[in-house]
Formats: sequence, C-alpha cells, structure tokens
Amino acid sequence: MTISRDAVLEWLKAFAVAIETQKDYLTQLDSEIGDADHGANMTRGLKACVEALPSVADKDIGSVFKAVGMKLISTVGGASGPLYGTLFLQMATTSNGKLELSLAEWVATLEAGINGVLTRGRANLGDKTMIDALSPALVALKTAAANGASLSEALRLSAEACAAGRDATIPLVAKKGRASYLGERSAGHQDPGATSSAIMLQTIAEVWGKA
Amino acid sequence: MKKLINNPENVVRESLEGVADAHADILRVNYDPNFVVRTDAPVRGKVGVISGGGSGHEPMHGGFVGFGMLDAACPGAVFTSPTPDQMLEATKAVNGGAGVLHIVKNYTGDVLNFEMAADLARAEGIEVEAVVTNDDVAVQDSLYTAGRRGVGVTVLAEKITGAAAEQRRSLKEVAEVCRKVNAQGRSMGMALTSCTVPHAGKPTFELPEDEMEIGIGIHGEPGRKRMKIASASEIAEMLTKPIIEDLPFKSGDEVLVFMNGMGGTPLIELYLMYNEVNKILSGHGIKATRRLIGSYITSLEMAGCSVTLVKLDDELTRLWDAPVKTPALRWGI
Repeated sequence: MTISRDAVLEWLKAFAVAIETQKDYLTQLDSEIGDADHGANMTRGLKACVEALPSVADKDIGSVFKAVGMKLISTVGGASGPLYGTLFLQMATTSNGKLELSLAEWVATLEAGINGVLTRGRANLGDKTMIDALSPALVALKTAAANGASLSEALRLSAEACAAGRDATIPLVAKKGRASYLGERSAGHQDPGATSSAIMLQTIAEVWGKA
Repeated sequence: MKKLINNPENVVRESLEGVADAHADILRVNYDPNFVVRTDAPVRGKVGVISGGGSGHEPMHGGFVGFGMLDAACPGAVFTSPTPDQMLEATKAVNGGAGVLHIVKNYTGDVLNFEMAADLARAEGIEVEAVVTNDDVAVQDSLYTAGRRGVGVTVLAEKITGAAAEQRRSLKEVAEVCRKVNAQGRSMGMALTSCTVPHAGKPTFELPEDEMEIGIGIHGEPGRKRMKIASASEIAEMLTKPIIEDLPFKSGDEVLVFMNGMGGTPLIELYLMYNEVNKILSGHGIKATRRLIGSYITSLEMAGCSVTLVKLDDELTRLWDAPVKTPALRWGI
C-alpha cells in the first residue's frame, strides 16, 4: 500500500477542516500561555493552502508540499508560519518528483520535515513545543515500519504517539516561544502547537489509513 | 470597544493608505505584500536598513522610514509578526548593491520570520545581516526562555544605524554599530491601563483602577509584578534602578534617555517622568546628554511609559545627531 498524490490532496483538505473545527479550542489554549492567535492563524493559513491546491493538483507530491509550505509562510504569521512552513518545505525535498509514497518514503519525508522544524526553531524535546508531539510520532512511525507494520497500522501508532506527546506537554515548563516568559506559570497548560500537530497526524491516519 | 475604525479586518490596510498619502514626499507603500519604503530606494552603494513587526506600535516602524533611518519597514497584522514574503520583497526593494541589514526585535515570531526571509534573500544573491535587539530588563535572560524582549532600544538603534548606513559604511560596519547600541542599551516599561486589539474586541488584560503592571511588554504581556499605583518618583525609581544595575551604568557615563509613552499617556506626564528619571541619574553621577521624549514605540491605546538608557560615546552621539527625515523623527534637515 502506498500514499497517492490524490490522498495527499485529500488529507490537506481534511487537515484544514479539522483545524477550523478546533479553531476556538486552539485559540483558547493559546490565550492561556501565548497570544491567543494560533487557531485563527492556522485556520487562515490552511484555508489559503486549500485554495491554492487546484494549481498543483496535477503535480508531484513534492510540488504540493512546496506550494503548501510557501503559502503557510506567507499567510500564518507568528512563529507557527515559519515552523509549519519549514515542515512542508523540507518534506518537499524528499518527496520531490514522486507521485506516490511508500511507508518507508513517508518515514523519510516526515523525518526531513521534523528536522527542518528542529533547525528553524532550535527547540529540544521537553521545551513544550510542537516537537514534543512530532518527535514521538516519528519514533513510533519508524518503529512500526521496522517491525513490518502495514501502512494504516503504522499511521495509527504514529498518531497515537503524537497525541500522547501532546498530552505530555501539560506539566512541562515552556522554554521556547512566548510561553517561556511565563516561566513556571506555563506548567499545567497544554501546548497549542503540539495540539495542532496532533490534529495533523490524526487526519493523516484517518485519510491515508482508511483504504 | 470604542475605536476610530471601520472594520477590524481592514485597520492595517486603511491606516497604511493614510500613511502613503500623508507622507508621499518621503515614502511609498507597497501592498500585498505590505511594506513601507523610501521613495528613493534602492540607494545605490548604501546598505539598506529594514525592520518590521506587528502593527499597533506606531510610529514604529513605518514612521521611521526615510533619509537617515530605515529604508523600509514591514508591518504585520496588529501584534502579529509580518511574514517572510514581506521582508523578502522589502529587502529586494532596498538593495542598492551594498547588502541589507535586518533589525529584528527579539520575539520568537519576528526572529523566525526574519530568518526565513534572510535565507530566501541570500538564495537570490543578496547579502543580508541581522541584528536582534533584546534590551528589556523586565525579562530574565536565561537559556530557559526565549530571552529578553526587544523594545525601546530598537527605535534608537534604527536612528543610529540608519545614520551609519547614510555615511556609506559597509554592511559589516553598519551591523556592528547596531549591535553596539543594543549592547549598551537597556529598557523597562510599565502600564496604567490595558490595550484592546481591534480583532479581539476586548482588553488584552484586566488592570483594576488603582493598580499598575511593572515590566509590561509592548503587547501587554505580563511584567515583573502587579501592584498598587505609586507616585511618579517611585515609578521612575522602579523602572530606572533595574536598568542602571543591569548594564551596569556607572558614575561618569553619558547617556541617551528615551522616555517613551505607550500610546495613551500625555506628553505632560512624560516630561514629568523624564524629570524624575533625570534626578535619579544625577544622583548616580550619570549625565543625560541626549534625550528623546514622546510616544514612539506604543501598544495601541495603553497608558504607561517605558524608560530606555543607551550609553553614549562620541561616535554614537554624532550618529544620533546626524540629519534624519522621517514621518516621526526629523531634525538637521
């Protein structure tokens, strides 16, 4: 089983819908420890991405990811724009020219994206950021692939690890971003970026894993 | 919410249209992506100096575009960082062949967006340097936070750096001047009232009638402490003492004093506060040799003030005195 370009397009639309559905929830999380714009910013950015999809609908997966990355960078703003934008731009480097991705290729693609986020944001595991959700998701995906799991099984395990990583941000003290200014007061709140990342991996598992 | 607006969505755009018409002799405004740029840009052989940040801090940064200061400024949505496509286009518009300096306030969003823009500009063959300002002593600087915020020093750095660029110094030298201003400058602010972001529609934070927030950020971020309102001389002490101790400023130092209003505080109070700060400085043997008093880095309609001190030497003093012609700062021309 592989991930087709059409499945990638379908996922991006599902991701945009899921973020819009959870817009107020993301904003509420962000108002507790940030600047209360994560829901609005991500909704605006993904909406712009979906509007841009028809122009790349007949291109390779790398072109789709690159178009999404550039759109996110120019429409989201704040810290999330460059971080999610970098994720997609780096995912484009490993999916360039491909019309479908095997599980192994998706592992490499997600890894390239996450490495881009690490370089751009200079966050470490435990800093209370999206990395705390994405890194465990990648580890779970890799482990599942190495153990010979099916695509849908591997994506499910990856999404579950991402959600667990999101939940694990609650007790953490933020060391990056605007939440870090709160110091100890940031503990007890779930990180908004880790939350939107978990939504991303959840929609991937739902859309790519259903066939 | 009571504001002079038509629709919260259009505040930035409609304000930019006003700026473009009012100051057409100095600047023009590019839309989509939004940036304010000198009419004579790119100036051949001169380092281009650009800055940017969320809107709502006017006149910073657009009001500082013009001869002797910024070549371009990129306004984001209110209190939201601008995006790399804005900085990239502004960088291209001001590149006169000598490279472009980005002056960035230390906020995670601003830093990340400017870094991406610098990467994109370098990929197009433009030499770019960036200086991140981080002068706010209210935030503890440590490895465990995003670091000190960039506030009042940014205004002074833009003026002094712009003057250095006007002298046709190299990109490396211009960046060095900017770093020096940041290294020798410290700030601290306070709020008497909150501010209301147009698209939020309600005050960013609640502050009871008889309380104030010491160490406030320029987006209404929490400060060091909330306490009962005090006299101007006591507030001046609370703001100035941590600044003096931090650098530290010493007896015999000559300083530029920047008494800034947050947007909702009248000039009569700013001059009164300046006088209080000056008394404290005199008590420490520190001499104010240059001053800037007024609302230049604001938080919408927030009432309150910030104090910035920059230690001066002959070079910085000369660059501060150099001619400037922008909508908000103008002298020597």
